[in-house]
Amino acid sequence: MSWIDIGPVGDIPLRGARKVRTAMGCVAVFRTGENQVFAATDTCPHRGGPLSEGIVHGTGVTCPLHNWVFDLQTGQARGEDAAITTFPVQVRDGRILIDGAKLAARSAA
Amino acid sequence: MTQKLVIIGAGMASGRVIEHLVETDPDAFDITLFNAEPRGNYNRIMLSPVLSGEKTYADIVTHDDDWYVAHGVTCRFGEAVTRIDRDAKVVEGANGPVPYDKLVIATGSAPFIIPVEGKDLPGVITYRDLDDTNAMIEAADAGGKAVVIGGGLLGLEAAAGLAERGMDVTVLHLMGHLMERQLDEAAGYLLRRDLEKRGITIRTQASTVAILGEDRVEGVLLEDNTGLEADLVVMAVGIRPETRLATDAALDVGRGISVSAQMQTSDPDIFAVGECIEFDGHLFGLVAPLYDQAKVLAQSLLDDGAAFVVKDTATKLKVTGCDLFSAGDFAEAPGREDIVLRDPGRGIYKRLVIEDDRLVGAVMYGDTADGNWFFGMIKDGTDISEMRETLIFGPAYQGGDTADPLSAVAVLPPDAEICGCNGVCKGTIVDAIAGGATDLGGVRAATKASASCGTCTGLVEQLLQVTLGDAFEAPAVQPICGCCELTHEDVRRLIKSRELKSQAAVWQELGWTTPNGCHVCRPAVNFYLLADWPLEYRDDPQSRFVNERKHANIQKDGTFSVVPRMWGGITNPTELRAIADAADKYNVPTVKVTGGQRIDLLGVRGEDLPFIWADLNKAGLVSGHAYSKGLRTVKTCVGTDHCRFGTQDSTGLGIKLEQVLWGSWTPHKVKLGVSGCPRNCAEATCKDVGIVCVDSGYQVGVAGAAGMDVKETERLCDVVTEAEAIDVTIAFVQLYRENAKYLDRPYKWVAKVGLDWVKERVVNDLDERARLIAAFELSQSIYRRDPWAEHARRAQAFQPMADLSLEAAE
Ligand code: SRM
Ligand SMILES: Cc1cc2nc3c(=O)[nH]c(=O)nc-3n(C[C@H](O)[C@H](O)[C@H](O)COP(=O)(O)OP(=O)(O)OC[C@H]3O[C@@H](n4cnc5c(N)ncnc54)[C@H](O)[C@@H]3O)c2cc1C
Ligand code: SF4
Ligand code: FES
Repeated sequence: MSWIDIGPVGDIPLRGARKVRTAMGCVAVFRTGENQVFAATDTCPHRGGPLSEGIVHGTGVTCPLHNWVFDLQTGQARGEDAAITTFPVQVRDGRILIDGAKLAARSAA
Repeated sequence: MTQKLVIIGAGMASGRVIEHLVETDPDAFDITLFNAEPRGNYNRIMLSPVLSGEKTYADIVTHDDDWYVAHGVTCRFGEAVTRIDRDAKVVEGANGPVPYDKLVIATGSAPFIIPVEGKDLPGVITYRDLDDTNAMIEAADAGGKAVVIGGGLLGLEAAAGLAERGMDVTVLHLMGHLMERQLDEAAGYLLRRDLEKRGITIRTQASTVAILGEDRVEGVLLEDNTGLEADLVVMAVGIRPETRLATDAALDVGRGISVSAQMQTSDPDIFAVGECIEFDGHLFGLVAPLYDQAKVLAQSLLDDGAAFVVKDTATKLKVTGCDLFSAGDFAEAPGREDIVLRDPGRGIYKRLVIEDDRLVGAVMYGDTADGNWFFGMIKDGTDISEMRETLIFGPAYQGGDTADPLSAVAVLPPDAEICGCNGVCKGTIVDAIAGGATDLGGVRAATKASASCGTCTGLVEQLLQVTLGDAFEAPAVQPICGCCELTHEDVRRLIKSRELKSQAAVWQELGWTTPNGCHVCRPAVNFYLLADWPLEYRDDPQSRFVNERKHANIQKDGTFSVVPRMWGGITNPTELRAIADAADKYNVPTVKVTGGQRIDLLGVRGEDLPFIWADLNKAGLVSGHAYSKGLRTVKTCVGTDHCRFGTQDSTGLGIKLEQVLWGSWTPHKVKLGVSGCPRNCAEATCKDVGIVCVDSGYQVGVAGAAGMDVKETERLCDVVTEAEAIDVTIAFVQLYRENAKYLDRPYKWVAKVGLDWVKERVVNDLDERARLIAAFELSQSIYRRDPWAEHARRAQAFQPMADLSLEAAE
């Protein structure tokens, strides 16, 4: 793993999300009401909706375009046979770190 | 001793079998359930409402993961069984074999595909499962033309759903009239007419010879050489029992898997149930008999002798607005007599077929309320000689009573069938009500009535009403969503009465079952709180749909649109120049005049929003809230300023109204119109509030609609002065804010509370009017400001939080 600092956790509102630009498209970083942080591809597998614009509830997010709901812990879509890729993240000293190795693996794929 | 039971197929029939087993003897079997679909049992017959958009998949799941876990069912979903080894008593799936003591085959049926050229092209879809439904929804999102092959139940439900989603739909049907197996020609004609009214094209006697296209479907060729364009072809020409596993295992198979009345196949340890079977020469395609089979099979498995008997079934079509009912045998034959009732004005047709003083068939269109009564008589073979003359007028007439809507239900005999799908009769429901089931949910839980296709929901409610009288609280209303058990109305009431002033308080005090709601309840609760507690509660952007959080409409490609406000439709060269400059500077691909008298800049990048807003702000332009559940536009005509017919300053009044109301949040969007005279150039009579100026003053109308429904406004009052017109408008909007259900437009809300109730508060009671205006002003002291100006200052929040393009590329 190679952790990359993407910014202070306070930059994302509770029950909110922001995006991070990467070479292979955007990654959405979510912060839940319980202050957990998750990261996943920003692109909905349905029709490409930007998940960072969705409503975050529990540990899920609802896509803003057609309301598919994804579990951020697993990436699995609820009731659909689809999933988003999730990326390891951690919060240290109030800063969010994302696993660069996994991101790179994705861009190589 | 616990035996190993393996079930192949998690469909509607086997779902019922498992329910009966775990209810009767939960320890008898160790159950493994295979399903080729990557999910468990859902109410397949409700796929049509999912297709049309009335329901979602989540609404129709009958057994979720928790249910299977709770009942100890081992699930192998997404895994088709490939072989049954009868000697070793093992079934084989992709992830390994499973041994069985008893085996149930419940593989349903497979859509029949007509063997024409092009049948395998992408874009040709059958209609059987959720994946098919989703594929159709996706195709419909792209718009275009759909051809549905097959004018039976499935084909027509598919056609109606696709038309509902905006596709241009043609139905091809081989026979002379639609649903010829269930309808006679007259009813088939009425059905055709109703479908054509919705813009669906019907071609009967149309035989498909080929499906055309290179890499994907492009059209359909008919026998008479007609070519039809098609972006989507749905094949719904019939089904055939899915018997492959049984045939390979050398079980007795006719058209379906042959079973005894105990649902046993030719191998005593193997049973079969559902659409895959053949019993006594019969095949099955509706759920009612499958549920009977499921019960019998559960009893057979538990060694409790029971026998399946074939009963008549009745058919209904789940297309809103096309009410049809058919049961029994209605073919003409010597010795049969018809009784027909037609009411062309109301589009009603009823035909009863009588043989030997018994009813043998019934077909009805347009008014099917008595269907179950007739169906009961067909099944019971009731002697109708006494009531032959009046039979067709239905049960209400037999008692000589007036045409009370409830009396028809009241006179039904206890064994009259109410729920065709689940075979539940009136007596069972009445017993359940007596046993404490006092609402729809209770009756459903106790009897399963109305739990499948739902068409009998109204009847069940009427039975509740007849049985409980005043004790029955009007039709059970839906909870907001799965997070709570309360309706919108209850939540609104409790927020006020228990003084709940934060979302956390609502979740806690009102028993939310999720940590912080979901995308359905959060926006509603957020609105209720800010409408009731404008000072104490602040709008929560995280509970807003993206458009309202971003103050711009999201487009299908993730860009946004920007619509500045043009007060009353008035603009000037400076504003226009600023808009033109912004369009240039931010490379706006499309500039469009909207239906609401302003200009839309479409295709703006999310990152650019704060900057384009700042530029527009400089020219004095503010947000037009084209994205909000709030005040949208006030459409005006030129009025006395220029028009030779204008009676009052309609433009001026429109601008004043827009200036008072803008920025406010409302349950749904609110649009106003002010016309200078009854010629009504501002289309005021179809707005949420529409004012028509006349010589004597102002006619204020409310509750109009011109979106999904079209409806003329109703007159709230006539007033003499402009000031009073403004006052009643504000009071009306505030009353709507305080009382309506989230996402009800004013016309829906007024229909619920009644215009008189509104008039009483807004027009007659001057104290209440003053209170409403003051309450609105208080809220506006917070919300009457430009969100664009505020957000433009926080441009950073609109940018990605980090840019790792370089890192990740290494
Ligand atoms: C831009 C505009 C079309 C145009 O190019 O003219 C428009 C665009 C949209 N309308 Fe509309 N409506 C527009 C005028 C209308 C009108 C005509 C009018 O206002 O006089 C109507 C019929 C009147 C009415 O409001 O009912 C109209 C009835 C709807 C409806 C149906 C509402 C209903 O209650 O039946 C929706 C769906 C909804 O709100 O749930 C809708 C929803 C939408 C949305 C927001 C769909 C969405 O959720 O993405 C569209 C956003 C497009 C975008 O990406 O920017 N739009 N829409 C018009 C903006 C007017 C404005 O200046 O604000
Ligand atoms: C759109 C639609 C609307 C309908 N409307 C109505 C209606 O209004 N009223 C009515 O009474 N009926 C209606 N029906 C018919 C009703 O849905 C069926 O009669 C019923 O679902 C059949 O139940 P079943 O359990 O036999 O089969 P199914 O519900 O089809 O279940 C069979 C399951 O077995 C699985 N399977 C098949 N082969 C294998 C294998 N080898 N290994 C593992 N799994 C396998 C399939 O994937 C499927 O999930 C409708 C059907 C459709 C498609
Ligand atoms: S509504 Fe009447 S006053 Fe207004 S423009 Fe039309 S004709 Fe003129
Ligand atoms: S794009 Fe995400 S649900 Fe459709």
